[in-house]
Amino acid sequence: MKRVQFSSPYLPYLFIAPQMAIIFVFFYWPSVQAIQSSFYLEDPFGFGSTFVGLSNYVDALGSAQYQSIARFTVVFTALVTFLSLGFGMLLAVKADAVLKGSSTYKTLLIWVYAIAPPVAGLMGMMFFDQHIGPLVKFAALFGWDMKVGLNYNDTAFAMIAVSVWKQIPYNFIFILSGLQSIPVSVREAAAIDCRSGVRRFWTMTLPLLAPTAFFLLIINMTYALFDTFGVIDVMVKDKAANNPITLVYKVYMDGFRGNDLGGSSAQSVILMIVVFVLTVFQFRFIERRVHYN
Amino acid sequence: MASIGIRDVSKIYNGGVTAVSAVNIDIADGEFIVLVGPSGCGKSTLLRMVAGLETISQGEVTIGGRTVNDIDPADRDIAMVFQNYALYPHMTVYENLAYGLKNRRTPKAEIEARVAEAARMLELQPYLERKPRALSGGQRQRVAMGRAIVRKPSAFLFDEPLSNLDAKLRVSMRGEIKRLQRRVGTTSIYVTHDQLEAMTLADRLVVLSGGRIEQIGRPLDVYHRPATTFVASFIGSPAMNLVNGEVHGSKLALGPALIDLGAAVPTQGAVTVGLRAEDLRLHDDGQGGLPFRIDYVEELGAQRLVHGMVGDQPLVAALSSEIPLPETASLSIAPSRLHFFDTASGRRIDWSAEAAGPVAAAVVSEVVA
Repeated sequence: MKRVQFSSPYLPYLFIAPQMAIIFVFFYWPSVQAIQSSFYLEDPFGFGSTFVGLSNYVDALGSAQYQSIARFTVVFTALVTFLSLGFGMLLAVKADAVLKGSSTYKTLLIWVYAIAPPVAGLMGMMFFDQHIGPLVKFAALFGWDMKVGLNYNDTAFAMIAVSVWKQIPYNFIFILSGLQSIPVSVREAAAIDCRSGVRRFWTMTLPLLAPTAFFLLIINMTYALFDTFGVIDVMVKDKAANNPITLVYKVYMDGFRGNDLGGSSAQSVILMIVVFVLTVFQFRFIERRVHYN
Repeated sequence: MASIGIRDVSKIYNGGVTAVSAVNIDIADGEFIVLVGPSGCGKSTLLRMVAGLETISQGEVTIGGRTVNDIDPADRDIAMVFQNYALYPHMTVYENLAYGLKNRRTPKAEIEARVAEAARMLELQPYLERKPRALSGGQRQRVAMGRAIVRKPSAFLFDEPLSNLDAKLRVSMRGEIKRLQRRVGTTSIYVTHDQLEAMTLADRLVVLSGGRIEQIGRPLDVYHRPATTFVASFIGSPAMNLVNGEVHGSKLALGPALIDLGAAVPTQGAVTVGLRAEDLRLHDDGQGGLPFRIDYVEELGAQRLVHGMVGDQPLVAALSSEIPLPETASLSIAPSRLHFFDTASGRRIDWSAEAAGPVAAAVVSEVVA
């Protein structure tokens, strides 16, 4: 391999400087600020701050409300990740098996991804609208009086459904391309070695999809934890009341609606630690089982 | 173990492209059949129809007397070896070998015994715990073979299994395949575009061209009595010389020479004449014979391939390296070694040179022009 030598030892740093500047301004600086302000009690009107040590953390972790929101976040994240991956995989496997008009079918499924996320969120919301939502009317046929925004469980259901719905095309694209990277002859060899298509999927297809699935697992968890903010915001419209919200939304509520910047910072630091631990765990223990070709 | 019947089998793709048309082959139990032809001749398609990886448009395939047209590949009791090995990359060699057996609910003890036996036969024991990516090309090929052997199927299907190996390995693997097939005695269909591989492996050859069978026969029969000009030019290296000639009674006009055949050929007028390069000899005294203008020489060591022209037609002769080449040579050939083909259809015209008496150098009675 050819070794490239820079004329000055500072030149490479200059090249990565723009990238580092962006990361610094939008990630490191706010993170440090959050960590710093999590140890202070901020005056709501910005007249000063008092150092309070870890009491913001103690308050947050000790509060029953925080704990119940944390529990919901775990359930929400698990369900959204599992369902959007599951549906994405189901659709991709089926689309991959279609012989006639497969490109049309695939294009139609991928199209959804081309819709801008806010539009998709709004469309999803309309499905659950109290007055015109077809899903509400459909649920009524089974005697389910769905009250999104009023009933805790109904709102949770709608949140999960819309979040999953928005994420399926993304997973679909990745899984489909993962499926198509499995050599045809390997699939054919498996078809000769194993009669059951379901068994072939579990023993052949899924292990070979593992790198894609692992990547999507991380992306989907991050999505469910953070990127669903918009969906939740549209659903609860700033007034959470007794509706379900996730930890990220609670950070926003406490910080920008409750003006408790210190408490909100402490919560976001906790969230940061959770994500950090989760990622380390995933790479340490799950990636080990992943076979990269 | 089973016989395989291929009856009037055709493959017609959507859009009307015919890849295989009305092919009939009867394969006896334990026979090693090689399908050979240039790329695009339909040989792989035919094999894949037997395997069940392609649907059969028309006709019928039977394995062991059972029609398998609508039976899943896994239920046809066949094993296939693919060109690019198609090993399962996430499984160890042992798991690769055991996979097909496991899915058939073979008892664990038997799986172990069979894998051990195959590993011993193929000298794979040191690699059983490795993943395919940690193996060389030849080792991967042996794992692919092993995967077929452990199943003890009715038939082995080979789809150009040696194409991805380098020349030296290909020769040794060729021997290994032949030896293994002899040992386990399983009916085999082997697809290749390499005529040498076909000649050395086959009990019987099936030469295909454009989705049709050109000839079926034992390798030497096909070599010595090619049914068409296509087979003549495809089987054998260097390819058989095909030149235009004219038959008049029992005489053959070939370029400027007139050859006395000694017996009548059942055709008259224009004809395609086939001459194997190794059947051509240098005519002793330089007088008479086929006047041969030498263009260039390929030295192969044991022999040399001499390229040149007879009249205005190119010809290759395989001559001994011992004999010095004269400036202008003249060639001779035993009349019984001549092959005649119909110029229009390319079909072989059978004739008997035995009536011409003892095999001798062709008598060239006169030189025209």
